Amino acid sequence: MEIKYEPVLRVVDLWKSYEDLEVLKGVSFDLAEREVKVIFGPSGSGKSTLLRCINMLSPPDKGEVYLSGQNLIAPSVNINAIRARIGMVFQHFNLFAHLKAIDNVSLGLRRVKGLPKEEARVKALETLERVKMAKWADHYPAQLSGGQQQRVGIARALAMEPDVILFDEPTSALDPELIGEVLQVMLDIAKAGTTMVVVTHEMGFARAVASEMIFLDSGIILERGTPEHMLTSPKSGRVKFFLKQIDILYGRHEELIKLPDEDENK
Amino acid sequence: MNDVPNFATIFFYILRTGLPATLMLTALGLLIGFVLGLTLALMRVYGGKELGWLASGYEKLLRGIPVLILISIFSFGIPGLFWYLEPLERPLAGCILALGLRSGAYQSQIFRGAILSVNPGQMEAALALGMSRFQAFQHVIFPQALRLSVPSSSNEYAVVIKDSSFAYGVGITEITKSGLDIAGNFIELWALSMGVVAIIYFLFTYPITRIFGERQTKKLKKLGMGGG
Repeated sequence: MEIKYEPVLRVVDLWKSYEDLEVLKGVSFDLAEREVKVIFGPSGSGKSTLLRCINMLSPPDKGEVYLSGQNLIAPSVNINAIRARIGMVFQHFNLFAHLKAIDNVSLGLRRVKGLPKEEARVKALETLERVKMAKWADHYPAQLSGGQQQRVGIARALAMEPDVILFDEPTSALDPELIGEVLQVMLDIAKAGTTMVVVTHEMGFARAVASEMIFLDSGIILERGTPEHMLTSPKSGRVKFFLKQIDILYGRHEELIKLPDEDENK
Repeated sequence: MNDVPNFATIFFYILRTGLPATLMLTALGLLIGFVLGLTLALMRVYGGKELGWLASGYEKLLRGIPVLILISIFSFGIPGLFWYLEPLERPLAGCILALGLRSGAYQSQIFRGAILSVNPGQMEAALALGMSRFQAFQHVIFPQALRLSVPSSSNEYAVVIKDSSFAYGVGITEITKSGLDIAGNFIELWALSMGVVAIIYFLFTYPITRIFGERQTKKLKKLGMGGG
C-alpha cells in the first residue's frame, strides 16, 4: 500500500502467542487518517488479539506499533497517555456497571483528560446525542438494551476524541434486531471522518465505508483489498468459503433454502 | 418496691451503661478491620507472590486464635502497648485493637472476593480509556467492589458486635457486663437479665443485617452486578 503521509496507525510485523499457541504471526498494515479498515476472518484467527496488541492490553511479543509516528513499544512511552488517544469498543460493551450512561462517557474526560465536572458533563451529553442516547443519559447500563449499551460504549470512546477507535466485534453479542441501530451509529461516525479499525462480520457495513478489508486466518493476513475486490472476487478459496458461510447465515444463499426440507413432513 | 428492677428498668439500665462501650468497640473494631482488610485484600489481589503470601499468612493466624485470647493478649499481655493512655483505658483500647485485627482478617476475605467478582472487562475498559491501574481501581473497581461487599460486611458487623461481648472478660462495661452486673446483684433476676441482654444483641444485629443485606442484594441485582 502506498503511503502519502504519516499514517495514524502503523502496525509492523506483529507476533503474539499465548503459551504454545501462536495467535499472530507477522501482521502488518497502515491506517491513514479518516480511513476505515475492516478486519474479518474465522474465530481464533487473531482478530481480537490484534486489536488488543495495538493498544497494549496484551503487549505483542514481537513487532512494532506506531501511533502518528510514535513507537508504542519503546520503554519510555507512557502507555496510559497513548491509550487515551486510542478508543476501544468492546464486544460485550464493558460499560461501568455502577455509573449512569452519562457518567460512563464523562469519566474518562474528567479523570484522564482532566476536564472540569460541568464541561465534561456537557461534552458527554453532546456525544450521547451523536449516538442518539441523550434521552437515556441517566440510566444505568443494566437498564439499557444491548444495542443502547453499545451506543453508550461508542460514545464513551468517541468523547475522548481519539486518533483512532478500535471496534472489537461490536455487534456480535447483540440480538439481530438491535444490530441495526449500532451499525447506523458506526456508519454515521465513519462518514463524519472517524479513523476506525473494525473487527466485524457485517459485510454491509464493510461495503459501505471500508477503504480496505483484511482477511485474517491463523494469525496471518491471507488476503486484503477493497470491499469490491474482497466481496466479489477474492483470490483465496478460504475467503470465498468464509463469505459463503456468512451468506448462508444471513439467508442470502440458495443452500439455505435447500437445507430444511419442510415439504417432506407435510 | 422500687428496688426490684423489672424488664424495662433492666433494659434501659443496660442500654445506658453498656451500649456506649459495645457500639464503640464495634464501630472502631470494624473501622480498623476495614482499613486493614482492604489493605490485605489489595496485597492478595495485586501485590504479587510475596505480599499475597504475607497477607494470607496473617489471615490464617488471626482466624486461628479465639477472640477472647486476642482480647486478653492486647489488653494485658503486652506491657507498655498503650503507654500513652490512662491505665484504666488500656483494656478498652486493647479490645478495640483485638477486634479490629481479627475483623481485618475476615474483611480481607470479603474485599478480596468482591474485587475478584468485578468483571475483568471493567478493568480493561478503564485502561483502554487511558486510566492508570490505580485510577481504574479507584474509580471503577473499588466503587463496585464496595457495593458488592455490603451484604457480607453487614454480616461481619453482626459478628463483631456479638464478639465485642468478650470484652467483659477484661472488665469493660459493655452490654454483657452490664447484664451480668444486674444478675450478680439480683440473683433471682439472672434469667431475666440474660434474656434482656440477648434481646438487645438481637435488636442491634438482625434488623441491620436484614436491611443492608437484603436491600443491597436487590440493588446489586438491579445494577446487574454480582451473581449475574
